[in-house]
Amino acid sequence: MIRRRTFASSLLAAPAIWPLRDALAQTPRDTLVMAAQLDDIISLDPHESFEFKGNETTTNIYEKLLTTHNTAPDKIVGELAESWEVSADSLTHTFRLKAGRKFASGNPITAQDAEYSLRRAVTLNKTPAFILTQFGLNGQNAAQMIRATDERTLVITIGEPISPSFFHYCLSANVGAIVDSKVVEANKQGDDWGNGWLKTHSAGSGPYTLRAWRASETVTLEANPNYPGQVRSRRVVTRHVAEPASQLLLLQRGDVDIARNLGPDQLKSLASDSTYKVQRSRKAAVIYMCMNQRHPELAKPQVREALKFAIDYDAIQRNIVSTTYDVHQAFLPLGFLGAVDDKPFRFDPARAKALLAEAGLPNGFSVTLDYSHIQPWSDIAQAIQATFAQVGVKLTLQPGEQRQVITRMRARQHEMLMLYWSPDYMDPHSNTEAFVSNPDNSDNARAKTLAWRNSWSVPELNAKVAAAVRERDAEKRAEMYIELQREHQRTSPFMILLQAIEVAAMRAGVSGLDIGPINDRIYYRETTKT
Amino acid sequence: MHRARLASFGGWLVTLPLTLLGLLLVTFLIGRVMPIDPVIAIVGDRAPADVYERVRLELGLDRPLYEQFFRYCAAILSGNFGRSVMTSRPVLEDITRFFPATLELATIATILGVAAGVPTGVLAAVRQGSKIDQVIRFLTLIGHSVPIFVLGLVGLLVFYAKLQLVPGPGRINVAFDDIVTPVTGMLLLDAAFQGEWEVFRDAVGHILLPACVLAYFSLAYIARMTRAFMLEQLRQEYITTARVKGMSEMRVVWRHAFGNIAVPLVTVIALSYAGLLEGAVLTETIFSWPGLGQYLTVSLLNADMNAVLGATLVVGTVYLSLNLACDLIYRLVDPRTR
Repeated sequence: MIRRRTFASSLLAAPAIWPLRDALAQTPRDTLVMAAQLDDIISLDPHESFEFKGNETTTNIYEKLLTTHNTAPDKIVGELAESWEVSADSLTHTFRLKAGRKFASGNPITAQDAEYSLRRAVTLNKTPAFILTQFGLNGQNAAQMIRATDERTLVITIGEPISPSFFHYCLSANVGAIVDSKVVEANKQGDDWGNGWLKTHSAGSGPYTLRAWRASETVTLEANPNYPGQVRSRRVVTRHVAEPASQLLLLQRGDVDIARNLGPDQLKSLASDSTYKVQRSRKAAVIYMCMNQRHPELAKPQVREALKFAIDYDAIQRNIVSTTYDVHQAFLPLGFLGAVDDKPFRFDPARAKALLAEAGLPNGFSVTLDYSHIQPWSDIAQAIQATFAQVGVKLTLQPGEQRQVITRMRARQHEMLMLYWSPDYMDPHSNTEAFVSNPDNSDNARAKTLAWRNSWSVPELNAKVAAAVRERDAEKRAEMYIELQREHQRTSPFMILLQAIEVAAMRAGVSGLDIGPINDRIYYRETTKT
Repeated sequence: MHRARLASFGGWLVTLPLTLLGLLLVTFLIGRVMPIDPVIAIVGDRAPADVYERVRLELGLDRPLYEQFFRYCAAILSGNFGRSVMTSRPVLEDITRFFPATLELATIATILGVAAGVPTGVLAAVRQGSKIDQVIRFLTLIGHSVPIFVLGLVGLLVFYAKLQLVPGPGRINVAFDDIVTPVTGMLLLDAAFQGEWEVFRDAVGHILLPACVLAYFSLAYIARMTRAFMLEQLRQEYITTARVKGMSEMRVVWRHAFGNIAVPLVTVIALSYAGLLEGAVLTETIFSWPGLGQYLTVSLLNADMNAVLGATLVVGTVYLSLNLACDLIYRLVDPRTR
């Protein structure tokens, strides 16, 4: 008969007999394992992908004609293009491709592939296509405007004479990715240009190929044997781990090499442990607040200025986002051509009250703030509510799910709103157009920029934006953006609060992760671990 | 009696599609009145007006609501559940991937919860007022009151990070990816059928902690309900009679009292199981478990209505099927219902 004591003892001994903690606790030597939030990927077709993690993944699979290096983000260099020239009228761009390059499939990379890829991007006309179609390229004229004249020469004619660097920066975005036309065509269905297949497969020439994407689970990349440069990790596996606390535990137990989404509290717990290191990289995303000009009080210039002095920027950075954001008050993030580091605003309640009194509101007024309910926006909103109260402005907080907040903003239903913005490509025109340009303020406007969403339209500024994007001289162009930012700081209904810092926590032996200012500038190929 | 059974089954066959239709209609309407733009979920915030409009027309959002609903139902009947925006895959394919993961986790959690909860509830009832009863009630109160994500995080911290008894979040170690070919979608079964015992052991390790967390949650509910049912039975006169007649306590409790709580207990267990089958989104988030709860929640927050409606159909079918299963089990455990 089994006694109770014997039975209990054998239960306790079970884990020792059959250990469930796997023997493979450390990550495989030739595989880099990252923990990250992966649930924003909707497609890995580079001519469709426009989400953070989607772009980060495709940038390691595909190459473009041109790119920038993170060590010198304001300098365009050739990636698949060996050389390029621009006609005197700035309309015709001729690219000469590098010889001897191959796709992962082994097919040679030719100008015909580049022609196919760019025509595909503008004809499919998915979300990121506007980056190229803004130059007058579309599905109807692509055959005339984008032509391969021989095996290594591609000629692109654009619709208007704009700054060549602007066009080249746009070509360096993921939407300019060059795909293996033979492989994609072999997998097309009907007239979908292979989009259905390429969402979940790859056909590139970059350092990695896509082995598998399991939505909300993992993305697995494998080294491309035909890539000419060195690829240090044979395999890169990114695991979807939504909870930062879980990411920290995985890192501490050695089940991942890098954790990409740790919050300030988790980062503090690693600060004193030399077995880990934290890599900080400046990002181009900014957190901003905006004031809908349809609100009668917010439309007063003195009120706009007053509210800019009613925020304690330094305290917010120091107490809420000390490791993940820096104070920044201009719409161009640092690192971009023409970006300024001016910080004309500080918390000055006396000045804010005086400005409100000048606007005929000595007792303040009430206004609502829409924002995403997740951190750190929730804490930032509460901090701003407290400082607004000191100057007599009653701020009612309206947290919401992010897409809900965006929907309200696009419908111009908000009063004040807080969100973040990340440039679409590495050219100052991206943010300038978003924050400044609003040539058509009607409800049916084609371009629903941030300025439009806040019903703010200044014809003189619209003209300056249009002029800056046409300026061929880089120095003059930079000066124009400097002037625009200072004017914007003085008069616009926007408060730029913070610029993001991406923080990646990793084991001390890991090195080489190259994180750039936007998500299509994050490279894995040099990452290694000892 | 045979005719009655046929009538009952026929009634269920009629109820099933009507209930599912009603469920779809309510979910569809909620999806359309939610303040989240489904077009933005696809094209993103930066898309120009012409791209936005093109996708809006492709989704049929310019059509009247009733037409949109009927077109969706017609597609369902032909087996087309549409494509998910979030995964770029057919919704049916997603469900065959995510639902088995939830089924596996929920089934093991329920088995553990029942195996521990029922005897615990009986013991608490039989020893009412004693220290054992108080301890059991305290522990079940914790299971019922403490938020499940707290239980999950504490479990990870203690058993994974500190004691290193189990592996971390996720379904399997990355080194074992793609070794087992998905057949049922349940990793334990697939690994066992294919003789991949190292993968099986790894999968058991990964499922154990989330299953135990969910089991504790279930146990708390099942134990308290079992105790309440048993207390009611133990107060009955027939129990006193049985004791007076000299029957052993074991026989009185298990043969007589417990027999009479079988029907309500089956209902409680079925409800608990159904609740887990619709996906425990917080547990799945903490443990990075790719289950139906996460899929449904992420789809809802992104207004991915094809995925939401498809997952809702699955959840509805699960509840109705469990309902039918309960009716059949009642007949087995209670002769009066035959």
